[in-house]
Order: sequence, then C-alpha cells, then structure tokens
Amino acid sequence: MHPEDLKYATTHEWVRIEDDLGTIGITDHAQSELGDIVYIELPQVGTTIHKGGVFGTLESIKTVSDLLAPVSGEIVEVNEELPETPERVNESPYSAGWMVIIKMDDPSESEDLMSADDYETFIQER
Amino acid sequence: MPYIPNTDANRREMFDSLGVRDASELFESIPDAILLNRALDLPGPLNEVELRRHAESAATRSADLKTYTCFLGAGIYDHYIPSTVSAITGRSEFYTSYTPYQSEISQGTLQSIFEFQTLICQLTGMEVANASMYDGATALAEAALMAASITGRREWVVSKAVHPSYRETMKTYAWASGCKLVETTVSGIETDLADLESFVTENVACVAVQSPNFLGAVEELEKVERIAHKSGSLFVICFEPISLGILKPPADFNADICVGEGQSLGIVPGFGGPLLGLMACKKQFVRQMPGRLVGATVDAKGRQSYTLTLQTREQHIRRERATSNICTNEALNALAATVYLATLGKQGLHHVADLCLQKAHYAADAISRLPGFEVPFGSAFVKEFVVRCEEPVGNINERLLSRKIIGGLDLGKFYADLAGHMLVCVTEKRTREEIDALVECLAQ
Amino acid sequence: MNVEPTVFELSSPGRVGVNLPVSDVPERRAEDLLGPANLRDDLPLPEVSQVDVIRHYTRLSSMNYGVDTGFYPLGSCTMKYNPKINEEIIRLPGLSELHPYQDEEISQGILQILYEMQRFLGEIGGMDAVTLQPAAGAQGEFTAMMLFRRYHERVGEGHRHIVIVPDSSHGTNPATAARCGYEVIKVPSGPDGCVDVSALAEELSDQVAMVMLTNPNTLGLFESQVNEISRMVHDSGALMYCDGANMNAILGISRPGDTGFDAMHFNLHKTFSAPHGGGGPGSGPVAVKNFLAQFLPVPVVVDRNGGYFLDRDRPDSIGRVQSFYGNVGVIVKAYMYILNLGPEGLKAVSENAVLNANYLLNKIAPTYDVPYGRRCMHEFVASAKSLKASGGVRALDIAKRLMDYGFHPPTMYFPLIVPEALMIEPTETESRETLDGFAEAMLAIAEEAQSKPSLATAAPHSAARARVDEVRAARELVLRWQKTGD
Repeated sequence: MHPEDLKYATTHEWVRIEDDLGTIGITDHAQSELGDIVYIELPQVGTTIHKGGVFGTLESIKTVSDLLAPVSGEIVEVNEELPETPERVNESPYSAGWMVIIKMDDPSESEDLMSADDYETFIQER
Repeated sequence: MPYIPNTDANRREMFDSLGVRDASELFESIPDAILLNRALDLPGPLNEVELRRHAESAATRSADLKTYTCFLGAGIYDHYIPSTVSAITGRSEFYTSYTPYQSEISQGTLQSIFEFQTLICQLTGMEVANASMYDGATALAEAALMAASITGRREWVVSKAVHPSYRETMKTYAWASGCKLVETTVSGIETDLADLESFVTENVACVAVQSPNFLGAVEELEKVERIAHKSGSLFVICFEPISLGILKPPADFNADICVGEGQSLGIVPGFGGPLLGLMACKKQFVRQMPGRLVGATVDAKGRQSYTLTLQTREQHIRRERATSNICTNEALNALAATVYLATLGKQGLHHVADLCLQKAHYAADAISRLPGFEVPFGSAFVKEFVVRCEEPVGNINERLLSRKIIGGLDLGKFYADLAGHMLVCVTEKRTREEIDALVECLAQ
Repeated sequence: MNVEPTVFELSSPGRVGVNLPVSDVPERRAEDLLGPANLRDDLPLPEVSQVDVIRHYTRLSSMNYGVDTGFYPLGSCTMKYNPKINEEIIRLPGLSELHPYQDEEISQGILQILYEMQRFLGEIGGMDAVTLQPAAGAQGEFTAMMLFRRYHERVGEGHRHIVIVPDSSHGTNPATAARCGYEVIKVPSGPDGCVDVSALAEELSDQVAMVMLTNPNTLGLFESQVNEISRMVHDSGALMYCDGANMNAILGISRPGDTGFDAMHFNLHKTFSAPHGGGGPGSGPVAVKNFLAQFLPVPVVVDRNGGYFLDRDRPDSIGRVQSFYGNVGVIVKAYMYILNLGPEGLKAVSENAVLNANYLLNKIAPTYDVPYGRRCMHEFVASAKSLKASGGVRALDIAKRLMDYGFHPPTMYFPLIVPEALMIEPTETESRETLDGFAEAMLAIAEEAQSKPSLATAAPHSAARARVDEVRAARELVLRWQKTGD
C-alpha cells in the first residue's frame, strides 16, 4: 500500500533517506484528501528547514495546505518542474511528485517517523 | 405583512406539523431575561403608497445634480450615464443574484466580470485586474498592503497630492496592520519630487501617486517610477478612468499595481456610495492581489465557461491566512462599468475624455480673464483645474448656489497652502451655456 | 448551445453604442494642452453597436439565477426578496444624484435619512451609536476591531493581541483578525452546537482583546449562555463583538446590545433586503455602546440647531475606512424597508423566518442528518455524510443536482465542524409551497443517491452549463480575454 522504503510523518509527508540526504514529498492519502493540486510553492535551494516547520504550500481548489518538514536540514535540490505541473503530485506522489531533497543535520530525527505499516494503521484510525 | 406570503392559515398548518402552539415556542432557546419585552421604538409601518410619498418628500429636500449645475469634482464626477447601463443593471437576474460561487447557474455574472477584468486591463494596459474593490480609497490601501506583503517592507510613501480621503483611509489601514504611512509634500499643485525621493529607502514597500491628482494635475510619472524602482519599492499609480480615454495608461509607466475609482464609469454620484474600486497589477503579483478573480475554463461538455478562481486566497477558505478579508465587493457597479465601457467603446471613451478636456480648458481660459480670478498653475490638466480667488470661496459658492450652480471645492479646507483656491471640474455634461453662466456669475 | 461570445468578439471597427454631442467650445489640440508625451497611442476597447450591447448582456442575464428567478436557501446569506419599491425610490434624483461634497445645507433630505438610519440600527441592535461608513460586513468587522484596539490603547491595555472565535465562525472573522495583526484562537463548540463555555473560560487572559461571536450562531442555534459569556469576557478585560449576519432570526425579539455585546455589525444586503447584486454592493454599518462612540470613523451624522450635519470634529476617531459616508444607495433601500415594515413587521420577519426554517428542517430530517436536534432558529445545518457513505454522493453533488430541480443550492461545506455540510436558510419571504417543493427535491435526491448516484455526481444536467472545471481554471489562470495571436 505505502512504499516500504519510506518513512512517514503524522502530517502526511514522506521521506526517503539515502545516507545523509532525504527526499521529501506527500503521501497518496494526502493528495487524495486535498483533491486536484493547482499550485505549489517550494523553497529555494540553500534554505534551511526545521523539523515540523513550514517549507512550502500546496493549493487545491478547496484548500491550502502547509508542507511541514519531517526532518531538519538544508535544501540542496528542488523539483523545479513541479510548479509548472502540479498534477504530478496527484498522479505520482512517490516518484515524479517529489518536492525537495535536503541534507539532513541529524539523521536521528527520523527515528520517530512511522514505517509504512504504522502509517497505514494511523490513517485507518482517523 | 409585506413580502411574507404565508397567511395565518398557512402558519397554523405549519405550527401543527411541528407540534407547536405558536411562534413563542420556537424561541424557547432564548432565556426570558434576554427577550425584548416591548416593541422596537421605530416609525412605520408605511404601506407602499405612503412610503413612496415619504421618499419623494425626502428627495425634494436635497439639491440634486439634475436641478443644479455641477462644477464640483474632487473624486466624484457628474458624467453622462448612457441608457444602456440601467437597462442591464435593472435586470433582476443580475441584481437579485448572489455571489457566483455556483458557476453553472451564474454564467451571466461570471462572464460579465471576466469582460470587466479585460476592459480594465485594456484601459490601464496592465496584465491582470480583479473583479472590483469597495472604492478607490480602499483599493489604494489594499494596494499598499499588497506591496508590503510582496516586498516584506513596512513603509508606505504617498504624495499629499493624492485624494485626502484616500490618504486618511491608508492611514487607518496602516495603523491596523502595523505599517508606517509617510505623506510627502506638494509643490504648486504637483508632487514635490525631491521631497518624495528623500523618503524612499529600502524600507519602503510602495511609492504611490495619483495622476491626474486630486488637484487635477497630470504628474511626472516617469520620474516617480525611477524613484520607486531605484530602491526596489513597488510603483503604485492611482488613475482616473475617464482621463485614460486620452492619457497614457499606467502600464506604459511600468506601474506594478494601479488602482482607481470607477464611479465615473456609469455609476451615479449617490452622495458618495456605493462606488467602484479598481485594481490591476503585473501578472507576477496575481496571487497577492486581494478581491475576487474570474477565470476562463470549460464545463463537462467542453463549452467555454467562467468561474471564480484562486479562491484559496480568500477568507472563506484561507481564514486567518487570507490575502484579504473581503467577501462582498461591488459586482453590480462593476457590471454598470462594463456596460458603460462596452457602450462607449474605443471611440466613445476617447470622445468623452476629449469633451472634458476641451470644455475644462474653455472654462479655465474664460475664468482666468476675469478680474479677481487667476488660473495660476501651469500643470497639464484634463477635467479639473485650480482657480485662485480674491473673494472668499465660501461667498462665491453661496452666490453660485442662489443661481442653482454648485461651485468648485474650497481647497482651503484640505490644503492650508491652497486657502483661497477653488477646484473646478468641467465634464462632458456641461454645455457652453452652462459654462458661460458660471463665468458670468463669478464675475458679479 | 448557450455559448455567448465575449463582447470583444462582437466588436467591429467604427461602431459605437451611444451618440454623444459634439464639442460646443472652440477646438484645441490635445497635444498642445497635455503635451504629446502624455497622450496614449492606442485605446484597445471594443466597438459595439447599442443593439449588440443590449442583446449581449440580456442574453448573459438569462444564464443567471436570481432571487427573482427562484428560491435561494443559502445559509448565512439571508437571500430574501428585494422589494421593487426600493429600486424605484433609489432612482429619485434627490436621493441619488447628489455629490458628497455638496453643501450640507442643500442636502438635508439625504442627511436626515442617514441620521435616522443611525438611530434605527442602534434601536434594533440595542446599541448607542452607529457608523454607516463600512462598505460591507467584513469591513464592518475590521472597523469594530479597530475601535476595540483604540479603546484598549486608551485604557493601557494595548498589549492585548489575541482574538477568540468559535470553530463555527464565518471565515471573515479570523481573516479580519489576522489582517489586523491579531493571533486567532479557536474554541470548540460543545455537543449541543453552542460555544463550550468552559473551554472559552480557559482561553481568557489579560492577552485577549476580544471574543467574536455570531448569535444565533452559524449552526442556527441561539447561544443561550451569552449573558454568562459576556460577563466572563468583560471580567477578564476583553470586549465582546457580535457578527450580525444572523439578525434575521431575532429582529424585535432580542438585541445583541442587551446581552453584553459592545459592538456589532449589520449586513444591510442580508437582513434588510437590499439586493445582493451578484456580489455587491453591500453595506456593513457598525453599532457600538457609548464608551466606543468617540472612536467611530469620521464623519458621523449629527443633528444640531434643527438641521443635520456631518460631524468631522472627532479627535479620537480611528479615521476613515472609505472615501465618503458609506454605501448610501444601499443604506437608503434598507431605511425604506424598515419604514415599510415598522416594528411589528420586523418582528414578523423573524417569527416567520424561524418558523420556515423549523418547518423545513422537520421535513428533511431524518433523511439528512441534522446534528444538533430538531429545533433551530432561522437556519440549520444538515449533513450529507450518510449519503456519501452509502452511495458516494457528497454535499457538492447534492448541490449541483438541486439545480436540475430549479433551486439554487444551499451553502456547502460550512460551518467546517459539520462534515458534508449543507446550511439551509429559507427566510420569511418564501411560501409554504416553495418550502414543500424544496423538501421534495431534497428527499428525491436522497433517494436517487441510493438508486442512481450518477444523477447527482454528474449533475447539473439541465443548467446553462454542466459541471465547470475549476481545477483547469486554477491551473491555467486565464483571467482576461485576449485576441488569439496576442
């Protein structure tokens, strides 16, 4: 259901950790709740983000949602194509819909994130 | 009871269906201590015949611009309203409709707003315009708030040649939002550019001027643009829509945001309200622009359709993160302006502006030849100009009133340096005879 | 079918919609008077004949639904009938062709109306002083908020920076508060749909500036503990603000000023029958208790020596919020409405509005969940959540399907605390037959939602447009007409 190699935040962001780099996006559940994404605002390369802090916004027709960082670090890459084609977040939230890559300050911050199974349980209980 | 169709018999059946004896049972959730146990102390009721009589009587106790000849401008203008405007705004499918949130049954309103947005872009040269604001004053205040949000800076610089009411409104909004308003001086009847420049630093979010300004003068907008953009501030122009039938539009001066009062476009003076705020800006700022926006799209059958868009900026979705708290705007007045501009069109609007220009200059020349009167400032003007009077302006206006003429604005009430000066306005409605009568009365 | 080109596509060079007089003064060249650098090169407006202007906008009007077309059960909007006599009255030159700067001596008729309207609204709201200046409800809230701020500054409480709103509040409440730099705290509604008073008590502190309530609230329920709430709020040094959007339930029955509110706004285009105009103009006067009167926006209409004047000499005023005195054209209509009805008529408005709402609630429950019981004030909230669960039909789909039955949809998805919400406010100007017809449609749609959900999910089928693609509008952002090739 949810990709096994990712870790999940209670605010529906996912992170793929490879060494000290984390790729971040939002889950399939999140994109489905939001509806068709019409606009996305992402930070610039070089910005520092803090765990739990806002690093961007997503707009659908009916709502605006903050993107919250699951881990802290400096943004080293941004998916520059996403603002032109926000529908990728709906269509492929785990691949083409990736948002930013950060160089993590402290990999231990990811320890309190959920596994794919825990995330599934989490959304069922809501 | 007027407008309440249900009769006592209807109500009886409805009470019965609810198992309730009378209306008081439906208000049981209101504690007795709170109930108003007396009738409201208000007059009436008046039936429709009495009401009309009452209104007609009230109407006779004010001098109106049909009976009196108006040479007063200062932000509200007596322009000719073509008969097409009320023919359309009087259609109840337009005026009794709600905000067009349900696109499928509101295409009339939505398409006319889309056309309004387009017409304002065509008039001002700007890339995007919204569906209207309350009036020119709040449009200017909102433009300043928008500039603060875009630049992250908190100072607003505005020339004192901008309409006093607009500046007062800006002052209230500045205080409300924690911004600082700086008002710079007037030299003659134009913005003092040196004084303006001295206040423009990189703390300044926007530099705002009006052209033609409150005193009727066309400002040196290229110079203001340089001042504003040199320090990274946004350049805000407050324009006058009729004069744009002749004058170079704000976009040609690289304005970032432009605002104006649209009352001249088919809306009665109305003792100052309701009015029509206009706002347009560069495309890159569209997400920070307050107010409604209508966008083009298609329906499920592929037909051209229109809908409110970017609503996530607005209060009903964003709530505390909205770009503005505006809910109702001035849609019916925007429709009036749309019909006005469509009716006059390219030739008509130019013609109206030219008539104002010709007649105002004719009047200015004639007045300047009168002993005791002078048109002392050399600034270019379209429909309003400043006259220096030896006689107190109040006395002159009293004399004019006795001849059923409403004279120009006593500028001494707004600008200390312009005591003894009058702001005279001549629109396309003023005939040569009316202008000659004004001049003759001034000469007495 | 039913696709009307834009007015720009009807343009043809040389056409004009009205013939204007030629100049009767000696002709001078614009270049000489203004300088060539000031002249525009081109004026790209359309050129349309009068018959085309009229036909075009007349055809557009036929694609619109208005109160004069049919029922608008829009909760929180009070879409009542707009009396035609007021539309005629406002066209009288002596009430409309007036310049705001013309001498007060020659404006006594209009000034008297404004003065009396100030008094009427004060009496209806139980307040002492009124400003007619705010152009709409949201601007009224802004104005009141600034009055409160000035007051707090004056009594040394200017540090108060928090505004409390219930979670059922209208979006303008927190939006206005945030724009003014306040921090917004939401308090939950209890299971009875009213403000949870103990939760509110916990949030009160010396940092709270005001509590903003709507009464009756947006669920259509009267906050019966309002007196206790006011006492608590005042004891903590904060002020009470009433969003008067729902006044249609309590005219002549209860007054916000009698229940501890310090200020309130009215929506003249809701409660007082002025037309909605497709989105304005409205009018949002603010009424206040005496201790706030000195801070009101300037000018205020006063009576002096047997005449009416604009009092500009108010040194403690918060300033202006608009160019002139308010949306006078709207105010005059509302004033005439109040005279037309008189005190008994206004009370009958509320009694009938509340009866109509309860009658309708009783007809559509329990087919639709009505979460807060079988009694309401002038509006109630129904939920389509069980329809969504069983057949996948959501509030949005029900709304669109209602168009096929000839009705404007109710308010959807508000308040946020009710899932798949449909907020229904019939108003007093609807007949029992109309209410019966609406109830039948709602029940028929609920039935369809089980047997043939696609009727709703693909609705509307018979409106001028099928479901409009809002996603595309937001993604592609076409906000003006452009000639192809531009």
